[in-house]
Amino acid sequence: MRFLFKTDYEDDIRLFPHSGYIYTYGLLLAALLLAPYVLSSYLMSQLVFVCIYATVGVGLMILTGFTGQASLGHAAFLAIGAYTAAYLQQHNVPFPVYFLAAGLLTGVVGALVGFPALRLQGIYLVIATISFAFIVEEILARWESVTHGNEGMRVKTIQLLGTSMSRDGPVFYYLCLAVLVLTIVGTLNLLRSPTGRAFVAIRDSETAARSMGINVALYKVKSFAISAAITGFAGVLFAHKLSFISPEMFTLQLSIEFIIMILIGGTFSLHGAVLGAIFLVMIDPFLTYLKDDMPGVIAGVAATFGAGTERAAHIQDAVAAFASANGLKGAIYGIIIVVFVLFEPLGLYGRWLKIKLFFQLFPLYKRATFKRQKIYVKSERNR
Amino acid sequence: MLDFVQQLVSGIALGCVYGLIALGFVLVYKATEVVNFAQGDLMMLGGFFAFTFIGLLGLNYWIGFAGAVICMALFGMLAERLVVRPILGYPQFSIIMATIGLGYFLRSISGMIWGTDDFKIETPFSQGVLRIGSLVLAYDKLSVIAATIILCALLYLFFNRTTLGTAMRASSENMLAAYYMGIPVKRVVSIVWAISAAVATCAGVLLAPITFIHSNVGLVLGLKAFPAAVLGGFGSIPGAVVGGVLIGVIESMAGFYLPQGWKDVAPYIVLLAVLLLKPEGLFGLHVRKKV
Repeated sequence: MRFLFKTDYEDDIRLFPHSGYIYTYGLLLAALLLAPYVLSSYLMSQLVFVCIYATVGVGLMILTGFTGQASLGHAAFLAIGAYTAAYLQQHNVPFPVYFLAAGLLTGVVGALVGFPALRLQGIYLVIATISFAFIVEEILARWESVTHGNEGMRVKTIQLLGTSMSRDGPVFYYLCLAVLVLTIVGTLNLLRSPTGRAFVAIRDSETAARSMGINVALYKVKSFAISAAITGFAGVLFAHKLSFISPEMFTLQLSIEFIIMILIGGTFSLHGAVLGAIFLVMIDPFLTYLKDDMPGVIAGVAATFGAGTERAAHIQDAVAAFASANGLKGAIYGIIIVVFVLFEPLGLYGRWLKIKLFFQLFPLYKRATFKRQKIYVKSERNR
Repeated sequence: MLDFVQQLVSGIALGCVYGLIALGFVLVYKATEVVNFAQGDLMMLGGFFAFTFIGLLGLNYWIGFAGAVICMALFGMLAERLVVRPILGYPQFSIIMATIGLGYFLRSISGMIWGTDDFKIETPFSQGVLRIGSLVLAYDKLSVIAATIILCALLYLFFNRTTLGTAMRASSENMLAAYYMGIPVKRVVSIVWAISAAVATCAGVLLAPITFIHSNVGLVLGLKAFPAAVLGGFGSIPGAVVGGVLIGVIESMAGFYLPQGWKDVAPYIVLLAVLLLKPEGLFGLHVRKKV
């Protein structure tokens, strides 16, 4: 076990606390850079989605995880980014310009949402962000001169330096990866700056933060703006990846998926956003794989335990019928959410930390280390 | 003028629908400070139970209604025991997520059991209209208005006049103190979930002739009822009904007088405006924490 001795503040806020971090993240980055030469095109496409979703996740994490302001309206920010990109591209604006413009515009909208949200808390904030998302969705469907309404908009491939960047090619993947890495590094730097510390202080206790002299309103608006801007950047990439956008892609369902993503990953660390994105994007192919292969496997198991051929075939059919039932995916989704909330509230990254600590402390690990305090006396109404 | 009155009346009828669902939200919130995002789905499930009893088994309407209410009350207790009780005392947001998960689960399970068609229940109110002058009102809408008023009054009296109601309010303020005072907090929470599932079932059965029953009805109506509850100030029973009626009237007026597209957005715009001016809703209590 390694002990880190910190002798001054600079030690405490270092991005890489010790050399091990540089090696592991360097290896990870190298693996990700090599991925296009190794993985199949389907997996690459999924990996691009992981990058885009993880970028949204980081943005949402700043707002929900670190500032403690729940938002069920992030699909709207994604939509604003995507539509800005599509609209400006049609008017022959070059990619770098509209990429930045989309982020900027979404950030401004985010700040505008942040102002009314200042006075709201908990459930009122949730419903306000839901309302905002509904209004944006309706505007996208009705403002036909700009958004083409429900017909949707085509998004052409990115033109950069005279070459076009195919949405399935490795260059687009590198672009998404670069955006994700820059976002993460930027966010890490933000979190060790006074602004980031103010965010965390507001999350932990607004009253205490205010008494420490933090301008709560200012920092909340900042948090909304930064979170929205990051989501807007992701929206540009999202639009290019899908090559077609329409209002019904950016529904409440998507906002809920984003929240689920950071919840499953773990809402207390940026690792959670990335792990959650991997989980959310990979669950679909995994379920399809289960649906195709499980009946055969179960029938095989039944056969080895002495069921006749006819009976095994019967079991295979029954399992296949169950697996292809309509809406099974929704049920599994629901169960996953409930199970995570009940049994793994710290998410996938929390589980990783627990496993790591188990081996570090080997026979001395205690489950109580990660146990959360239950508070029965706090009423959200009086705060 | 007649158009206006007719729109107003149909808006009120629609608003009572939202109010009826919003009552369930408010009930659970008032007693446990939990926001139940699966409330609409409980309503949908109640409707399906009633459909099974009345439509498939051919029972009498009132017997089937009562059967569905009892089944759903038990189901509400079960859901509370399995999903909510283990995480009571954790931050509110965990519980919201858990109920969203429960909603997903209920929607797809009922889609698997009953299929994805629209179902209809034959009720004593399905046919006939009431005419006052040249004003026309269908009996099924009147039944919703009546049920909303009755349930609202009953629940209001329950919370303000009975011992159990007081115990519920106490345990929402401070569970630990309520427990020290001898209130069986776990049982109280269990009972309130049963009541709210029963109220949701009433809504589901009464709505069956108007909106039909399908596996997504809970999500669609729940998303309208939720702003209603917030508009009225989460935690106020008359507020839920007033909020519901306001949302209903705004929606029906916007659908009639404003261009197409405003109908769905107008309630949310009004909600945002109200939240800007009064962050606790119209009837919400605002209590500052004293340090």
